Amino acid sequence: MKRLATGGRIDRNKPVQFTYDGVQYTAYQGDTVASALLANGESLIARSWKYHRPRGIIGDGAEEPNAIFQVEQGAHTIPNVRATQAQVYQGMVVKSIHGWPNIKFDLLSIFGVFSRFLPAGFYYKTFMWPGKMWPFYERFIRKMSGLGHSPVEPDASHYDKTNAHCDVLIVGSGASGIAAALTAARTDARIILADEQEEFGGRLLSSNVQIEDKLASSWVQESISELAKMPNVTLLPRSTVFGYHDASFLTINQRCHDHLPLAERKGAREKLWRVRAKQVILATGAHERPIVFANNDRPGVMLASAVSTYINRYAVKLADSAVIYTNNDGAYESALDLHKAGSSVIIVDVRKTADGSLPKASRDAGIEVLTNHAVTDVVGSRCVKAVKVSPLLDDYSDVTAQSRVINCDLVASSGGWNPVIHLLAQSGGKVAWSDDKHCFEPDLIVQQQVSIGAANAVFGLDECLADGVKGAKQCLHNLGLEASDVPLPSTDAMTQEPMMEIWRTPNGEKPWLGAKQFVDYQNDVGVADIYLAAREGFESIEHVKRYTALGFGTDQGKTGNITGMAVLAQALGQTIQSTGTTTFRPNYTPVSFGAIAGPELHGTLFDPIRKTAIHGWHEENGAIFENVGQWHRPWYYPRNINGQLETIGEFNNGKENGEWNIFYSSYFKRNIKQNKRRYSFYLFC
Amino acid sequence: MLIINCPWCGERDESEFQYGGEGGIVRPEQPDDLTDEEWADYLFNRTNTKGTHHEIWNHAMGCRRWFNVHRDTVSYKISKVYQIGESPDEPTNEPESGVAK
Repeated sequence: MKRLATGGRIDRNKPVQFTYDGVQYTAYQGDTVASALLANGESLIARSWKYHRPRGIIGDGAEEPNAIFQVEQGAHTIPNVRATQAQVYQGMVVKSIHGWPNIKFDLLSIFGVFSRFLPAGFYYKTFMWPGKMWPFYERFIRKMSGLGHSPVEPDASHYDKTNAHCDVLIVGSGASGIAAALTAARTDARIILADEQEEFGGRLLSSNVQIEDKLASSWVQESISELAKMPNVTLLPRSTVFGYHDASFLTINQRCHDHLPLAERKGAREKLWRVRAKQVILATGAHERPIVFANNDRPGVMLASAVSTYINRYAVKLADSAVIYTNNDGAYESALDLHKAGSSVIIVDVRKTADGSLPKASRDAGIEVLTNHAVTDVVGSRCVKAVKVSPLLDDYSDVTAQSRVINCDLVASSGGWNPVIHLLAQSGGKVAWSDDKHCFEPDLIVQQQVSIGAANAVFGLDECLADGVKGAKQCLHNLGLEASDVPLPSTDAMTQEPMMEIWRTPNGEKPWLGAKQFVDYQNDVGVADIYLAAREGFESIEHVKRYTALGFGTDQGKTGNITGMAVLAQALGQTIQSTGTTTFRPNYTPVSFGAIAGPELHGTLFDPIRKTAIHGWHEENGAIFENVGQWHRPWYYPRNINGQLETIGEFNNGKENGEWNIFYSSYFKRNIKQNKRRYSFYLFC
Repeated sequence: MLIINCPWCGERDESEFQYGGEGGIVRPEQPDDLTDEEWADYLFNRTNTKGTHHEIWNHAMGCRRWFNVHRDTVSYKISKVYQIGESPDEPTNEPESGVAK
């Protein structure tokens, strides 16, 4: 077990057994599938979609592109569950979804060898001819790629829906979300606070930072229990706000019992909340973006923030020796976390100087910091064995020829943060690229909403708390309510120096040559694919997306999209603002059909049944019915004569001409003698 | 999902209503006197407005009455709602009592 002796939000007194690919593993109550697998030393957990390259866990939340599994079997099976968001329970059955015969030994990884001949748009170009052969090709392509398996049996769970109204809906319960909730809840306003995680607290649960001289997670717990006591507050944990529609209509998917063993599940599995909110506060946070370098998809390459999460929240000892690759101060926190957990750490920073308080603290702890350096390549294929590090040229355009190999089993990269602007964009709002903050930030707001904290491109804990209070006050003011002044909680968060924008690490070669540099992990889209699309004349980001599959899949490019846009901007020699983003559409994360169907999923209410005026007569005469759209039409009237089943008036119903067929078949069948068959072809105009 | 302020019932969800196409189209009094082009224009040609669009809606799951709506086809904002036969410039009839506003 790679488990730290103390710390974390897991319950060491409650071990939990689960099976992964037929092998039993032990985890603790509070683990996610991802942290449980990491704690058990499983780093290779998936094969990539196209090249079948070995893949590991990268993130710690909704953005995870690789670690998606089939959970449970038969009538309870759920495909494409993000391991980072699924809590482990006793008896859970988890299966990997790629690889043949299995992910550890995947014969299809041969595609990786021939990847040179499988560029973006390969399928479009190769299997276009002859067109008739597509169904034949399709059978094999579908088998080799694709994600989880759709359930075959009817769903054993049932689902529910509810309508709700509130004055303020707060999406996300990180630092800014909780600050806003506390401010708004102390008035009469009716509040709903929804968060997609198992626990409230967002990234505060991953951090060692102190709020009001307590660990941040204790402050979260106190704030949430204060909110829970208030009659005007509805708390929705495990609830993803996945759609933001017109007139402040939002849809929330609450997962009621996916975290419980099958035997303990009672009531609806999921509940769809249809909420009309007068004001909406988006505190959706930000996703960390990786820096792109060669072979950056090897198991053991992670996001720096995820490293902190697995150490601080799940007490996993991730590595003996690690390399942090960063362009900002935030990743130094992860370095300090690794150092505290007993790993040896080297920090590779692309900036020329790193003298902020966090870099200073890291140096004081004895961590080696290489400034103006870059990670150019990863050694090892099934796991990270070492990285190659080179100094950058003064203008960052390329690396120098010297190269140093650093042995390590973990590479954590941090290229800055992308505010989660999905809901804002769904509501009709627009975002603009900020050259100061190096990210898209809210620009035009069209509905009754405010973005706060990291979702508003406000980074830093103190700033987020202040922005949360400010945003809540603005909403309350719009509602005609006045918030009482509450002092902001004090923190010991350190200030951070500005980051430096870097997307793809230069490695001495042209961007589209050399080893693969992945941008979108789930769809195997690399820098070379985006350059190819640009060379072939695809200039609009929407076209490049469809040509390369950048930002497709179950993760919808939460880690790779913005990086892909930046790489395209470089390839076309234009700015990121003029390249723009693809359209953010609902759903934010995948939602099961059951949740949308609701209680009507089972039984006769699923689809309207339409009957003709003489339906009763058909029934009396033993008609077998067939469905013509929603209409129930008599198909034939089986009769048992002399032990032989005889059919009279069977006809192939022209679906759109149902009424006419009935009329004519009744007419023609009169002329058919017993035990005779007649084939007729009717032409109706 | 829009919220539409039915002039008879008040604010309701869009799912209670049925869209009836462009409003303000008057059936010619003497169809026989029209040319084919004029008749086709009445039957088929619509303005396809970008911006404020005059349309009619039916409160199909409520009072089942038709009424006029001025809706922006870009932002979906509804600027005016008034009964059939009313002028858009007259003040809209206040919804009847018992309506949440």
